[in-house]
Amino acid sequence: MAARRPDVPRATADPPAVRRALIAIALTFLALFLFIPLIAVFAEALGKGVGQYFAAITSSESLAAIRLTLMTAAIAVPLNVSFGLTAAWAIARFEFPGKQLLITVIDLPFSVSPVIAGMLFVLLLGIRTPIGGWLDDHNVRIIFAEPGIVLATIFVTFPFAARELIPIMQSVGSEEEQAAIVLGASGWQSFLRVTIPNVKWGLLYGMVLCNSRAMGEFGAVSVVSGHIRGHTNTMPLYVEILYNDYQFAAAFAVSSLLTMLAVATLVAKYFLERRVAPQVRLAAENQDVMEAAA
Amino acid sequence: MSIELRNIRKTFGDFVALDNINLRVATGELLALLGLSGSGKTTLLRIIAGLETPDAGEVLFHGADATTRSVRDRNVGFVFQHYALFKHMTVFDNVAFGLRVKPRVERPVEAEIARRVHKLLTLVQLDFLADRYPSQLSGGQRQRVALARTLAVEPKVLLLDEPFGALDAKVRQELRRWLKRLHEEIKITSVFVTHDQEEALELANRVVVMNNGRIEQIGTPEEVYHRPATAFVHNFLGNVNLFHGRIENGKVYLGDTAVDVDRAHASASGNGKAVLALRPHLIEIITRPNGKPSFPATVISVNPAGPQVKVELVAEWGDAVQVDVGHERFDELAIAPGARVFLRPKEEKLFVYQI
Repeated sequence: MAARRPDVPRATADPPAVRRALIAIALTFLALFLFIPLIAVFAEALGKGVGQYFAAITSSESLAAIRLTLMTAAIAVPLNVSFGLTAAWAIARFEFPGKQLLITVIDLPFSVSPVIAGMLFVLLLGIRTPIGGWLDDHNVRIIFAEPGIVLATIFVTFPFAARELIPIMQSVGSEEEQAAIVLGASGWQSFLRVTIPNVKWGLLYGMVLCNSRAMGEFGAVSVVSGHIRGHTNTMPLYVEILYNDYQFAAAFAVSSLLTMLAVATLVAKYFLERRVAPQVRLAAENQDVMEAAA
Repeated sequence: MSIELRNIRKTFGDFVALDNINLRVATGELLALLGLSGSGKTTLLRIIAGLETPDAGEVLFHGADATTRSVRDRNVGFVFQHYALFKHMTVFDNVAFGLRVKPRVERPVEAEIARRVHKLLTLVQLDFLADRYPSQLSGGQRQRVALARTLAVEPKVLLLDEPFGALDAKVRQELRRWLKRLHEEIKITSVFVTHDQEEALELANRVVVMNNGRIEQIGTPEEVYHRPATAFVHNFLGNVNLFHGRIENGKVYLGDTAVDVDRAHASASGNGKAVLALRPHLIEIITRPNGKPSFPATVISVNPAGPQVKVELVAEWGDAVQVDVGHERFDELAIAPGARVFLRPKEEKLFVYQI
């Protein structure tokens, strides 16, 4: 690029004062609402010393909460990734009645308040409902027990993988898969050797987003959990309980774990996005070339 | 392996993509399916491959019904227009793919796979690129990798969809010659789809000209070029002027000018409307009538850049006419836009199609 004299403003450029003011506002806002609270979490968590911090994290109730959170994510993420792959495959490859409806309904958990999602399961499976009563007679508890937490988490997180995969699968197209089949591959071989490698970054990205939401979900889980310490408390719920008990340092210690998860997610998101974006763009360009040639 | 298609029909919704297609491809032949986009040529190729299922009709491979045989079991090679190379695999892995997905009992050991892949890459002159990824190759190189990948599974039939469609003219010429040599070497029954008449005429043993889901003509390149069966084929293979005239009592009338039909290369008989086809270099420009049939026209424009001078005219009844004239003859004529001249068809080359 040719060197431009900095003192000659371009016709479309804003005056320097405006530019500086806008940047300053954006950065101040970011600092005020994101960085200061983020630092506060760690400051509060470590306020009573590192010993206290680790004691809070390794208490039996904390460990139970961490265990339940990890287990919930370990069930919800693979299930939703499988669902996402299935839905994305169906939407990208086939024409069927109700396709548009499916695309819309996949987003439902995004548009419904998590509290309502939790209520939904209580009203459907609570002990006073026919299904919940029948299950209770057979000694199966769902609401106010771990299964309810897992169900609510699955509901809240199921759009993530699907929404990542649908545009990628649509733009990659099916020509490589057809080539694999003509070369003698079975459907399964084509899926493992061609389809999955083509969508792997999007798949990973969807998993990261799905996982962070599964671990961080509060509203829906809160409704179905019953808050039984050491049994039905996930990490976010446990943070609230500690806070309400005025155990601020402990509350912030557990919070710091969730915060680290969030930061790790952002870092992963940053690197994965750089992989996914060119892939979609490239595929879209190929699509254009193909359509232009057709 | 020979291929036979019987009464193939294929529709997409209300659109009839193929209607009553009958075709035989002999063993070892290199056949071109030539037509405009939407003529059904690619659909026909995909039906042969098994990537589409015909609504009616039969596909026979070597005399045996293969209509319901799956793509995997047809033993065909298919080269896609945009190559469809596996982006995440190296050139080597792309070519090895077909061998590696074979059932365990048929699968060669890795050393044998490597030997065959390198042999194929040498055949397509790309062995030095074995470790590259498709995105690092030029269009022509990708096309050759796609071909090597297809040949790796030793198909009995090779199907190519617009094999050179996405390449620039220079590379296209080169690859065309290369493919012809390759076909002479390995003698595999091959069918390729193209919209480029030059490509079809240069490469194929026989050409199938398609239009609107039907076959217009099947013949050698020489036959379809010099003895086109329909006005469409005539128009499609090379530049041509089409005039709407009429046939009356053994004469063709173009405006008020009459030409004897029996002297023309006529596929028409009886009376009625007709289309006359005249290639631009088969019309002579004269400044005054010389007793032979000719019709008046006005010069619109003249373009002397090229091996021949291209003259655009308008006939007295309003049709645009293009005439190619040699530079010497053009200098003799000394015509400029606006000049009134006469056009004389070289009658022995006048084609008349009844409509």
